[in-house]
Amino acid sequence: MQYIYLSIVLFSLIGAIIVGLGCSRLSRVAAHSIAITGVAIAFVLSLFVLFNVTLQHAPVYNGSVYQWASLGGLSLEIGFLIDGLTALMITVVSFISLLVHIYTIGYMRDDPGYNRFFSYISMFTFAMLMLVMSNNFLQLFFGWEAVGLASYLLIGFWFKRPTATAAGLKAFLINRVGDFGFILGIAAIFAVSGSLDYQTVFQQAPVIAELNVVGLGDGSGSMLTLICIFLFIGAMGKSAQVPLHIWLPDSMEGPTPISALIHAATMVTAGVFMVARMSPLFEYSETALSFILVIGALTALLMGMVGIVQHDIKRVIAYSTLSQLGYMVVALGASAYSAAIFHLMTHAFFKALLFLAAGSVIIALHHEQDMRRMGGLRKLMPVTYWTCLIGALALIGFPGLSGFYSKDMIIEVVGHSKLWGAGVAEFCVVVGVFVTALYTFRMIFLTFHGQPRFDAHTAAQIKESPHVVTIPLILLAIPSVLVGALTVKPLLFGDLLRNALVVFNIHNTLLKAHPEFHGVISYTFHSLQSPALYLAAAGVFTAWWLYIKQPQWPAKIKTALLPLHHILRRKYWVDEIYQNGIAAGSRALADRLWRFGDAFIIDGIIINGSARLITRGADRLRNVQSGYLFHYAFAMIVGLLLLLGWMYLR
Amino acid sequence: MNGFDSNELILLIPEIFVLATACLILVIDLFLSEQHRNVTFYLTQLSLFFTFLLTLELPSDTVLYAFNSSFILDTMAIVLKCAVYVVTAGAFCYARPYLKQIDLHKGEFYVLGLFAMLGMMVLISANHLLVLYLGLELMSLSLYTLVALNRDSAQSTEAAMKYFVLGAIASGMLLYGISILYGISGSLDIPLVADSVTHSLFDRIVLLFALSFIVVGVAFKLGAVPFHMWVPDVYQGAPTAVTVFVGSAPKIAAFAMAMRLLVGTLGDLHAEWQGMLIVLAVLSLGLGNVVAIAQSNIKRMLAYSTIGHIGFILMGVLSGTAAGFSAAMFYSIVYALMTLGAFGVVILMSRAGFEAENLDDYKGLNEKHPWFAFMMLVFMFSLAGVPPLVGFHAKLAVLRAVLEVDLVWLAIVAVLFSVVGAFYYLRIIKLMYFDSAESELLIDKPLDMKVALSLNGLLVLGLGIMPGVLMGWCFSAFA
Repeated sequence: MQYIYLSIVLFSLIGAIIVGLGCSRLSRVAAHSIAITGVAIAFVLSLFVLFNVTLQHAPVYNGSVYQWASLGGLSLEIGFLIDGLTALMITVVSFISLLVHIYTIGYMRDDPGYNRFFSYISMFTFAMLMLVMSNNFLQLFFGWEAVGLASYLLIGFWFKRPTATAAGLKAFLINRVGDFGFILGIAAIFAVSGSLDYQTVFQQAPVIAELNVVGLGDGSGSMLTLICIFLFIGAMGKSAQVPLHIWLPDSMEGPTPISALIHAATMVTAGVFMVARMSPLFEYSETALSFILVIGALTALLMGMVGIVQHDIKRVIAYSTLSQLGYMVVALGASAYSAAIFHLMTHAFFKALLFLAAGSVIIALHHEQDMRRMGGLRKLMPVTYWTCLIGALALIGFPGLSGFYSKDMIIEVVGHSKLWGAGVAEFCVVVGVFVTALYTFRMIFLTFHGQPRFDAHTAAQIKESPHVVTIPLILLAIPSVLVGALTVKPLLFGDLLRNALVVFNIHNTLLKAHPEFHGVISYTFHSLQSPALYLAAAGVFTAWWLYIKQPQWPAKIKTALLPLHHILRRKYWVDEIYQNGIAAGSRALADRLWRFGDAFIIDGIIINGSARLITRGADRLRNVQSGYLFHYAFAMIVGLLLLLGWMYLR
Repeated sequence: MNGFDSNELILLIPEIFVLATACLILVIDLFLSEQHRNVTFYLTQLSLFFTFLLTLELPSDTVLYAFNSSFILDTMAIVLKCAVYVVTAGAFCYARPYLKQIDLHKGEFYVLGLFAMLGMMVLISANHLLVLYLGLELMSLSLYTLVALNRDSAQSTEAAMKYFVLGAIASGMLLYGISILYGISGSLDIPLVADSVTHSLFDRIVLLFALSFIVVGVAFKLGAVPFHMWVPDVYQGAPTAVTVFVGSAPKIAAFAMAMRLLVGTLGDLHAEWQGMLIVLAVLSLGLGNVVAIAQSNIKRMLAYSTIGHIGFILMGVLSGTAAGFSAAMFYSIVYALMTLGAFGVVILMSRAGFEAENLDDYKGLNEKHPWFAFMMLVFMFSLAGVPPLVGFHAKLAVLRAVLEVDLVWLAIVAVLFSVVGAFYYLRIIKLMYFDSAESELLIDKPLDMKVALSLNGLLVLGLGIMPGVLMGWCFSAFA
């Protein structure tokens, strides 16, 4: 089995290397064939692993493949931990990656960087698989950084656009903040446990939970809480939680397949995955769980509201992603890790679907992304419309579709959480349902319904996208509809994730919400009574009223609520605070330090000052060499006399 | 006086051979016309080669004595002599084309050079104060004459005059010190003198006076501050062909002289001469490295750099440990090789009517002659003590030895002045590589000189990468 696990990651790496090195020599067909083959093998093997774990009940595999280095007592290894969680993640990642690879053939058809693009996304797939399959913190961190690198390269893929390179840089810098917390957390884990291996660390969790932080405050702070919060700061960077969220909307500067693969379905969920994987640690710290709960809730509501006022179709979906990541994080905070992973999976399908559908619209309109210049595309692009509608319905939680099960479960478990901040969180996620429905159907109505707002010349050229684009849409639409109903039982109430996750009984909100599970149908009908469904319906109705029935209303509302609109348009001024506060402040501080410390003390006094001193001394001393013989002889005699005098006096 | 054993003559074979060939070459040269002068050169090189082979034939694993133990043959003597041959042969190689271009290609140069070398050999192997003085004077007198080789040049004769007068004063002081020692011990045999110094019934102040005079003599030969005044004037005033010789091989001999006198004879006064040498070393390091910065003439600059390096050799000696002595020995050999190469490049760049004496003459050398610019870079980096060149290992060994005897502050001073010194070495590199040429920079030297210079550079590079062999010999000399 070890070879199968190794093959899963290595085939995409090999694909990335061949296509990357042979970038300029390989033909386009060869490049995409190689990359797609690599990922397809990974997908097939992942399915096999998932099949093994679910149906054959294969035991948890935890083994190291290769020792990279040994430093003192610390062994740095590459190893795999294969349980239900890993099997699920690798299947989702490789499936979406495969479809995005195929979709890219159509989307990037005319791009000169075609081969480079395939190399990058294969590399990303490799890194993401390494991340989720890891059995130790070091490999987790390497995968974490490698997906960050791939993200940076792909956001700035069109490196001739200044906005794209700036967005890449922004993503990289903001992630540095998160990664700094992450590596501090890992270092703290190593400091207290002496190991970086998951199993060893998890076994020590009860011991670590007893430790206090020495030298910080009154010494009563829990070490484990500190570790968990550091780790979660890493997750906040990668999963774009408030206030480290600002890079994700800008990352839409990258090509759309990337937005689907990296910035919606896989990489940004790495933070959620990581917290779930670390559940044996997080369970011990209610403080950290409360922190997670509040951050997630704020992200879910605030970012969803910003989505209402966006005009760029990709940015609407990006803010939706932020909001949905907030939902997953809320579930983590409520100790319903399996609900978070469940939503992660369903979201991966329908959000990738929405992005790819948006990409299909964008290529049809020749890279037009502003919804104010769209409209009425329903008839012109039927496949895109219907698949996109399925994605939208799944997102807002239409009964029976995948999002319905996962989101509904999150709202329920938050209601049962007893942690500090659970009340705020419940409010946020419930209101969030209305907001989600509003912005989602605003996007659907503005894009596909109503009157076309583009010129006739464009209209004549619009046609449905090619098969390489529409087939992935259809393939994603199927799980977007079905996966929720099919997997709700094994994921939430079965034992697929039981080996991987640890939940204390006192925190087990999932069990409180559903003491018993009576099958999917009964569960579905049970959920029909929840207020969330009616809020979602209200959201759709509002969108319909405002954008189809009374299209002049939004302008009026905007004037009436100008301050609110302004706050949302400026995205709560977070960017401005960072730019003018933190960035400008640290630049000013650095400038002072440079002027005083570097330019004045080091350069001025130490370097140039000593150089001047030496030069002046040299000029004086060279005059001693007068050229007169008697001066020289005199110097020798004086030297001798001094030596004699010294000897005489000692 | 014991009976004379003719077998002991075997140990002096190299000296006897050099003396014989020097006389022979002197006679042959009389019968050679101007255009056959090269024959003298080749004969000289051949004799050096055979001397080298003869020296290698000598037993090197035990200490042997000859002439009533007034002559000693130990490992140090053999290694130093071999180094002297190599350096001398290199100096002659570089000197010939230069002497030709200034119309000074005379047989005297080689004969005097051989006699100076004979003096060094005797000095290195001296186990008797009079023999030591004999070798010293033979070397010095030959060098005075060599400096004045260009007797029509006012600068050369002035330099020779200064050298001679100051050298005579220094010799006088040395002799005075030796005579005090004779008065104390009644002997000139170095082991006997050393023995009576240990068990001396005299007032210690007499010994200390003798020590002071002897230190002055040694310091003068090495060129340590404040007995260094002759060094810049002689280096600059002498024809470059002579400077390359004066600046290299005699330093090896001077190191041997310091060892025989201070360690061999006055080893018991280590505590006293350590203090003196510390003062001399610090002054040399400081003055040499600082004043070198202010020089615009490369020969003068290298003269002051010599003074700075002498500070390092003194540091090795003053540590008083076997590790220190071997480090100083390593340093003096390596130093002779590096200086030889640096002056070699100066000669290489000179032409008839043009002395490449000014630093600006090296501007843009890399554009025209990248290989020789690289050679100069190797010599300069090595002199500055940049790894992986051999100069780095030499400095490192000395600093280690000094640290072992807990003179941490001295090591810090030495490192600081090395940093100061790095400036003027790097300035040459900057001129060669980053400035553009102002003149044509023609090189018209024969192939043998180019090959010798390249070998010299590669030797400095190779020893830097594998310093183990030479370091091993130096260690075995004091094991």
